Amino acid sequence: MLGGYQGKILRVNLSTRETRVEPINEAWARAFIGGRGYATRIIYAEVDPKVDPLSEGNKVIIATGPLGGTVAPSSGRTMVVTKGALTGAIACSNAGGHFGPALKHAGFDMIILEGRSETPVYLWIKDGKVEIRDARHLWGKTVDEADKILRSETHSEAETMVIGPAGEKLSLLANVMFNAHRAAGRSGVGAVVGSKNLKGIVVKGSMPVKVAQPERFMEAVYKAREKLAKDPVGGAGLPTYGTAVLINIINEYGGLPTCNALDAYFPEAGKIAGETIRERNLIRNEGCASCPIACGRVTEIKEGKYKGEHGGGPEYESDWALGAMCGVSDLDAVIMANYLCDRYGIDTISAGSTVACAMELYEKGYIPKGESPIPLEFGCGDALVEAIRMMGEQNTPLGKLLAKGSYRLAEHYGHPELSMSVKKQEFPAYDPRAFKGIGLNYATSNRGACHVRGYTIAAEALGRFGGADRLKYEGKAALDKTLQDVTAALDSTGICLFTTFGLDVEDLAAMYSSATGFECDVNEFMKIGERIWNLEKLFNLKAGFTRKDDTLPERLLKEPIKSGASKGEVVAELDKMLDEYYQLRGWDKDSVPTKAKLEELGLADLL
Amino acid sequence: MRALIVDPVKCTGCRACEYACSFAHDGVFNPANSRVKVSIFLEDLTFIPSVCLQCDEPYCAEVCPTAALEKDAETGLVKYYKDKCIGCKQCVVACPWGSIKIHLGDKKVIKCDYCDGDPACVKVCPPKAIAYEELEDVVLNKQKAVAALYKDIVREMAKGVSP
Repeated sequence: MLGGYQGKILRVNLSTRETRVEPINEAWARAFIGGRGYATRIIYAEVDPKVDPLSEGNKVIIATGPLGGTVAPSSGRTMVVTKGALTGAIACSNAGGHFGPALKHAGFDMIILEGRSETPVYLWIKDGKVEIRDARHLWGKTVDEADKILRSETHSEAETMVIGPAGEKLSLLANVMFNAHRAAGRSGVGAVVGSKNLKGIVVKGSMPVKVAQPERFMEAVYKAREKLAKDPVGGAGLPTYGTAVLINIINEYGGLPTCNALDAYFPEAGKIAGETIRERNLIRNEGCASCPIACGRVTEIKEGKYKGEHGGGPEYESDWALGAMCGVSDLDAVIMANYLCDRYGIDTISAGSTVACAMELYEKGYIPKGESPIPLEFGCGDALVEAIRMMGEQNTPLGKLLAKGSYRLAEHYGHPELSMSVKKQEFPAYDPRAFKGIGLNYATSNRGACHVRGYTIAAEALGRFGGADRLKYEGKAALDKTLQDVTAALDSTGICLFTTFGLDVEDLAAMYSSATGFECDVNEFMKIGERIWNLEKLFNLKAGFTRKDDTLPERLLKEPIKSGASKGEVVAELDKMLDEYYQLRGWDKDSVPTKAKLEELGLADLL
Repeated sequence: MRALIVDPVKCTGCRACEYACSFAHDGVFNPANSRVKVSIFLEDLTFIPSVCLQCDEPYCAEVCPTAALEKDAETGLVKYYKDKCIGCKQCVVACPWGSIKIHLGDKKVIKCDYCDGDPACVKVCPPKAIAYEELEDVVLNKQKAVAALYKDIVREMAKGVSP
């Protein structure tokens, strides 16, 4: 058996209720690692890229990587790979928690979900055994309720994956929640799970995970853990203040999109910053499996009308989306909105940006006053919380529109240009006008606008990888390509992107090589990442995406930032960056990979 | 004397200790066979690690009919001799902490052995929720931490007081 892998994939057909165990394909494991890469290879082989994401023909893969279920730092990731409901593009949403490792201890590297059950069901997987159980009594339950009931019906120490009411109602913003607090947030993956009438999966296992070269592996793990402990971000900033430590930092750069990106500087940022959350709301840090960083926040609202409410987060992106992006500095409202998103099972980034879009549409008079029960005004915490409720419940026409995301909402009211999205997916908490590299990354990200495909902010704002001038266009294509490739490979191993604050590619390659026994140096690791990126791109090309989809909202290209340290900035040279990027990728001007590139990557047979 | 000191307040629930423990003893990663255990109470937002406390009057040793468990006065460890064990599991029943387990593989008793003085769990716990420390230091640090809470007040109150 291959080290690091359990060697088994569980295939569940929800239409026929058949389950089958299939072996891991070693050639695919070597070429695509696991997790994001391997699962994308399966989707590419089995799902028609043009299929309606919410139809029976789409499949969902719940995937782990070979480092999951070990003591490798931050190795608790679980990936949900499918054709995204929000975007129609390839989707890989990645969550922390303990589910992925538990799935491996239960005997499986991945679960392929196909077909559609006639009535709601959940899966109970324990040590290699699988049961498809009735979930009618769970339909309509919030994520936290379902999590609790599922554990009481199976095992008190089981790990859960569930969708909330949003996923059941096929909201295009629906996420998949793990351990009630951890979200595979983006691209509407929760709606795809909901379309299959699957409420969730519960796992518990006691099987070992073995690595190929134990001594070398532990040496690499201890070295990595030591480097992370010494790193100012991974060892101090994130554990102390959580990811929301970035609110003040990014705002000082004038790169914090504010009021639906009408500006990129939020004068009241301090009120929602990580430092303030720590002071007012933090109960404790929560660590995902084997994570020395433990950036996760467990918080409580201690006063006001939401007093006593508690839950996970807010993380930086959620804090920004529900806060600055909506102009809301009422931290209690932001945190409450975050809890509601988690309970309904809605992606916080898209939710916040969609509310912000609704606020602009409302203030400009495009949403008639009578259509909202509350004035949707920028800065109003009550409006934020009410809008999230409407989005979660979908019991009003406006609520149903909000649940489709900002693009379809703005399009409905005749102003799609007010949606701050790429490929219909809302962009996250860094304004491309202030950080040009992240703009190129939003434009080219295979799953729609996203920060964690190529986190150029590490270089453009935090000085990592030798730093990069955030306002320059030169060199950003190369930076993006490199980071996109590293991330694709690293995601596939099952460890967290945050490890790269302290670790170098050689550290990742060392852990991966010693765990699997597949000898892999830095170049080969990068090559695997590039292969995965190109595979995702091939899926999107077949789904109908072209160069014209690799763009940014018009606002970012034309409307200068009004205040703060990046005042006057726009993204002026996107096309030039794109040309350079496609060239570096070995793609033609229309973003189609050349035959030579695909041959080099061993993907030529996929055309 | 050194001992494993558990401080639940610092635990983040990452369970790296369980992974490290199982690897140190079995060479594979399997929390189910870890001597350390982290209980996660999600609704109460609390994580509680537990491990054998190496009792001075260990019930496990008292009920053991073959002296397979024995308190070592010098190291403080309650030692387990696998070759003497007949697998009657009375120790599992007797331990008030649930710290004596049965290995899922060979069905033999497992318990914390401090990894011969270099506990693996401690090495992967940056918040120090589990630490291997001199007991005197633990006491001293606690005394100092409590005193530090009111040192500023004491300094204020002491102004102008001549003893």
